[in-house]
Amino acid sequence: MAQVLKRKKALSVNPLKASQTIGASIAFLGIDRSIPMMHGSQGCTAFAKVFFVRHFREPIPLQTTAMDQASSVLGADENVVLGLKAICEKAKPALIGLPTTGLAETQGCDIQRNVREFRQRFPEFNAVRVVPVNTPDFSGSFERGFAAAVTAMIDQLVPKSCKAGARPRQLNILASSMLTIGDIEWLKETVESFGFEPIVLPDLSASLDGHLTDRDFSPVSYGGMSVNRFDVLGESLATIVVGPSLGKAADTLRERTSVPDHRFEHIMGLEATDRLIMTLIELSGRQAPPRFARRRSQLQDAMLDTHFMLGQARAAIAADPDLLKAFGDLFENMGAEVVAAVAPSHAPVLEDIPCEYVQIGDLEDLEDAAVAGSAEIVVGNSHAVASARRLGLPLLRAGFPQYDQLGGYQRGWIGYRAGRQALFDLANTLSAHRDHGVASYQSVYSQKQAPKSKEFCHATATPNARDPIHIH
Amino acid sequence: MALKKQEIAELLDEKACEHNKKSKSGCAKPKPGATAGGCAFDGAQIALLPIADVAHIVHGPIACAGSSWDNRGTRSSGPELYRMGMTTDLTEQDIIMGRGEKRLLHSIRQAIVDYAPAAVFVYNTCVPALTGDDVGAVCKAAQKHWGVPCVLVDAAGFYGTKNLGNRIAGDAMVNQVIGTREPDPIPLGNTRPGLSVHDINLIGEYNIAGEFWFVAPLFDELGIRILCTLSGDARFREVQTMHRAKVNMMVCSKAMLNVARKLEERYGTPWFEGSFYGVQDTSKALRDIAKLIGDPDLIKRTEALITREEALVDQLLQPWRDRLRGKRVLLYTGGVKSWSVISALQDLGITVVATGTKKSTEEDKQRIRELMGEDVKMIEDGNPRALLDVVKELRADMLIAGGRNMYTALKAKLPFLDINQERDFPYEGYQGTVELAKQIALGLESPVWNAARSGAPWEQEHRLSETGA
Repeated sequence: MAQVLKRKKALSVNPLKASQTIGASIAFLGIDRSIPMMHGSQGCTAFAKVFFVRHFREPIPLQTTAMDQASSVLGADENVVLGLKAICEKAKPALIGLPTTGLAETQGCDIQRNVREFRQRFPEFNAVRVVPVNTPDFSGSFERGFAAAVTAMIDQLVPKSCKAGARPRQLNILASSMLTIGDIEWLKETVESFGFEPIVLPDLSASLDGHLTDRDFSPVSYGGMSVNRFDVLGESLATIVVGPSLGKAADTLRERTSVPDHRFEHIMGLEATDRLIMTLIELSGRQAPPRFARRRSQLQDAMLDTHFMLGQARAAIAADPDLLKAFGDLFENMGAEVVAAVAPSHAPVLEDIPCEYVQIGDLEDLEDAAVAGSAEIVVGNSHAVASARRLGLPLLRAGFPQYDQLGGYQRGWIGYRAGRQALFDLANTLSAHRDHGVASYQSVYSQKQAPKSKEFCHATATPNARDPIHIH
Repeated sequence: MALKKQEIAELLDEKACEHNKKSKSGCAKPKPGATAGGCAFDGAQIALLPIADVAHIVHGPIACAGSSWDNRGTRSSGPELYRMGMTTDLTEQDIIMGRGEKRLLHSIRQAIVDYAPAAVFVYNTCVPALTGDDVGAVCKAAQKHWGVPCVLVDAAGFYGTKNLGNRIAGDAMVNQVIGTREPDPIPLGNTRPGLSVHDINLIGEYNIAGEFWFVAPLFDELGIRILCTLSGDARFREVQTMHRAKVNMMVCSKAMLNVARKLEERYGTPWFEGSFYGVQDTSKALRDIAKLIGDPDLIKRTEALITREEALVDQLLQPWRDRLRGKRVLLYTGGVKSWSVISALQDLGITVVATGTKKSTEEDKQRIRELMGEDVKMIEDGNPRALLDVVKELRADMLIAGGRNMYTALKAKLPFLDINQERDFPYEGYQGTVELAKQIALGLESPVWNAARSGAPWEQEHRLSETGA
């Protein structure tokens, strides 16, 4: 539906894009007792750490191969091998993710070979899973890196098998980077209410949900999908895939295990949630628990209540492709119009977004498009706060990173109940900002007297010919 | 055109830096799999980004700018251009086809046309440094063509640590910017009869959370003009005039020591190290400036101002001192702050039980001993596990450290105060000390700690019944 416009400028101003490398890193952190080690200069990791610490307000385990001048020029194989060894010794992880940066890739690294060498030289660490993945920051973006890490984990850790359905009450969920902690929690609870045991890959809701433990410190993630689960993903009844970016990951899992999958672009809004519930009814052979019908009707009611504000509302959205598609559909289903859509990099799903065109670009592009399309509301990450301020428009925060307000990481968007809250928030944000009023007018012949006190004047009263109202 | 090995070695060998007397700080090789902290690009960007009216262009693929733009607490009293993230966002095609230089040139033009910056700073990063983009030549060509100063900050991450990046940034200012303009005359109407205005620079002052604005009015009152703060709330045209200062103060940081040293070598400007954290250090800094300028009238007026301000702040601090006396804190912060903040805390009657010295010089350590006694505990290894163990061992009530340790402390249910660059609260000067006291009390006295340490009541009952109690 949408025409995808290529990046049009030399300089990216107020980037929307975050790198593949950090997208991959966060996917690895959805595994219990894991730590990613970025193959690059130490700064790549330091920046990523700050990025995630500010978003989650949590300590973030992250390491680096620390390429310096010599290893950048002469080769950094030893950095990878020794870095893996150091982490195995110190942090005793269950899994080490090894995403590459643009520096390592430009230099011409071969991390798969490095990992083989590590295995040969240090067989004592064979129990530690090591997952290399090529994620240079000069291509793709956050979402694609996240998906690449998920694909790599499946490809390298899920054994080939034909035992699909051997555990008929077990369901796999592949969760795209667009899903928040709250979204994943809802998905798990929903699947459980149909009698299933969910395995979420990657399960950030078990690691970065912001919980306190008895332990005061952990050098690796504390919580997430257990590495042992990779062995049993192939025995599940089915796989629920959320997010188009995980298409390749889903293909890989199906090829290796023959577990049938059910793919969802997103689960935002009535129709998408309906589809998920129907799928779970079919898979489980059970009726939906009665509360779903109730919640569904609550969402319907909210759609009616909010359509006054959201109908014909004009939205500007800046997000990675999966999330952009989800919000695009949400707005379309409410009769609103997406007048500006910007994604940081290309993905096939962009063509299906219900709007005229999608610009590959940055937040400056978003501002231009929002002005051109007379947008009324902006949806974007915390960097878009300044954009929204310049545009004089309200902002609904979604995506990575969210640092100027607390709690964005755990806010749910999907399902009936969170969908209802999303509609209320959109409607409230819009109404608070819209100026419905006709400018007040007083006839030049009017007998109305000037109010006694300035405070009780109508805020938008317009001065007229005999205006005695405004006391300066 | 990447920095040559020899140039890097020269930067690492900072003559004025105390670190040189032992091992050279920048020479320590980062250890793969066990390294924390930023790279040279990080350091360079931190050092210069607060220059508010400059277009800061990061030349490289997205990671360098994409996860770092607009994340500092530094504030500007005017232009907000420095908050705009700008990067060439190099693609695979740019790198393979060698189009990086071309994209950079067009990017500079775009920044100049769209945002009319006072100058353009181009930060070179790892990938174009490796592929060999001649960034310096592009800057020269752009400056010649569009008549806007274009400054190369060649700071690829793999050159070294954050500290090296600070120095690279300082060098870029000394070699390319400072001395390219003469200071404005003192604005008419702001001259006072019988009072001569003296010019100084503050180097390494970043105006975090606007904290320097607590101090700035005092300088106005004394008739001291700050030609430039490098780089908090600075403008390009201010940096250009730094060579005309009578005194340079290195504020609370060794990071850009090379700037002070080179300005002394080239222009004979004397410099000293000082800090605006705490009552005593603020007074000392003001005294040192007056002394170095050497104007007897200024020295007299400075003493009067100090007496007045100290009396005022003493009154304001009294209720806080009563609340904070005897509290024990562990301070873990880099370099100079390891001693400058100690004195601020001692002003409040707080006991500092240990301090981090990972980035401190021998001289810093000597000052720490002077402040805290010979048997003070100094922490070299700042890994989170070690920090928490020291907190436990020394029964500290609070950890004061940089933002990266904030969530380490909170997860351990330990009160925490952020003292580094990302914080939201201003602590400088006399007024800042009151704010510091307030924030420490807020952390220590909060009712949330007991709540956070409590287990679920049903689990406790369970445990009680298990033990038969």
